Amino acid sequence: MSERGDLLMVRDVVAGYGAAPVLHAIDLTVPAGTIAAVVGANGAGKTTLLRTISGVLRPQAGRIQLAGEDLRGVPVERLVQRGMAHVPEGRGVIGELTVDENLRLGGLWRRDRADAARALEEVYQLFEPLARRRRHLGHQLSGGERQMLALGRALVGRPRLLLLDEPSLGLAPRVVARIMALLRQLRDDTGLTVLLVEQNVRSALSVADQGVVMSLGRVVTTAPAADLRDDVDLRHAYLGF
Amino acid sequence: MDRFVFLTLDGLSRGAVYAAFALALVLIWRAARVVNFAQGAMAVAAAYVAYSVASATGSYWLGFVVALVAGLALGALVDRAVMRYVDHASPLNPVIVALGLVLLIQAVLGMVYGSEFRPAEVPFSRGAFTVGGFAVLSPYDLFVFGAVAVVVCALAWIFARTAIGLRMRAAAFAPEVSRLLGVNVGGMLTLGWALASGVGALAAMLVIPTELGLHPHAMDLVFVSSFTAAVVGGLDSPPGALVGGLVVGLVLSYVSGYAGSDLTPLAVLVLLLAVLLVRPGGLFAPVAARRV
Repeated sequence: MSERGDLLMVRDVVAGYGAAPVLHAIDLTVPAGTIAAVVGANGAGKTTLLRTISGVLRPQAGRIQLAGEDLRGVPVERLVQRGMAHVPEGRGVIGELTVDENLRLGGLWRRDRADAARALEEVYQLFEPLARRRRHLGHQLSGGERQMLALGRALVGRPRLLLLDEPSLGLAPRVVARIMALLRQLRDDTGLTVLLVEQNVRSALSVADQGVVMSLGRVVTTAPAADLRDDVDLRHAYLGF
Repeated sequence: MDRFVFLTLDGLSRGAVYAAFALALVLIWRAARVVNFAQGAMAVAAAYVAYSVASATGSYWLGFVVALVAGLALGALVDRAVMRYVDHASPLNPVIVALGLVLLIQAVLGMVYGSEFRPAEVPFSRGAFTVGGFAVLSPYDLFVFGAVAVVVCALAWIFARTAIGLRMRAAAFAPEVSRLLGVNVGGMLTLGWALASGVGALAAMLVIPTELGLHPHAMDLVFVSSFTAAVVGGLDSPPGALVGGLVVGLVLSYVSGYAGSDLTPLAVLVLLLAVLLVRPGGLFAPVAARRV
């Protein structure tokens, strides 16, 4: 794979829970080293899309490729080894485990133990509040700290592709801005590729390279994020501002 | 006074076994949210394997080790071949299946070994030392304490300090998130069943020689006492299971010593009822502050 190739490719994916599909023939391409933001109203299928990409939900039809490799039949627990990290909605911090245990869990699958330990230290440097609360249990953290923890835990695995589901959910605007800035910094410094699902359209599009608008289980528009920000008609029609 | 000391020490020795068996119940409850009613029968099956090996080779210790290995294997087998296919939507389903397993295992043991009591060997004397005129612990009691202590410490170490223990805890608390982080949740569940069943087999090896002997139903009453112990401690708490086990052991010892041994099954039920009425979450119930 060339550094500038497409890291994630989704073709004609149909998926859902039970008989009626939630996603209808989704096409999506995320080039390596870019941030893509999937935006849309409630019930557009954004979370379902992420769950399908990470394999929690099996697609009924279509192909999903990561760096040119088909992901069909790859168990969820193997995807981290291929470089995909999924931070689920509601953040998925395990409340019964300490901050340190949550973070270590993100790197347990790695064979290179020395680098896993280095990655852990880097995350502590990136998120200082976590370093101060290493021994605290997950459920003792504030909302912002939990988001940092979930994000940091994904980064300990040094992913190529980060799937982020609603990182802004329930967080103060300043915290959201910090997280978005961090995503951009990670993209620039480490070449991280991010697929971001957001209700908070404004901040998502401010950080993204590419915007994908979903409505009722279909991709309505894919365009450079800057264009979407400026397209008044599209914003009125699908994004509500 | 010397009767009290004797009953206390005897109760603690029995309690140590109940504690180990209760710990096995708690391990499965924490990992799979199943109360494993088949644990007594599974442990007896492992003890029968040990009996066969010991009588074929003449070595108690070889049989002892084989019992632990058989316990581990049987736990993994029950998870992989049976429990994996049970619909856990209703908590009653695995309970009914476990009860079915009890009938199956006890029937098979009865067919293979017959349903008479078989004498079970002890590796150390059960004659008590006397210190200053008091009859205190026997060498076998010390062996029981030692074995339970080793297992408890080993389990605590595995869960608190090792990577596999961290995975097991994570898989139990948040299966889906754990899978996204690369944890083989199904494997951790099987491992949990294996460990619990291994601990159960150890408890059976320790307690059966102190009772009437080996029999397909040998662990039935021990199971009831240990279940009570687990409930006393709160099904979710390993330290609770240990304390609960010792408490139940002491209560049963005092009741049988001062009131008559006929009353012990009744005493277990009264204790179970009292705990469920007064503190249904158990003595060691965590503060229910979570739930988003």
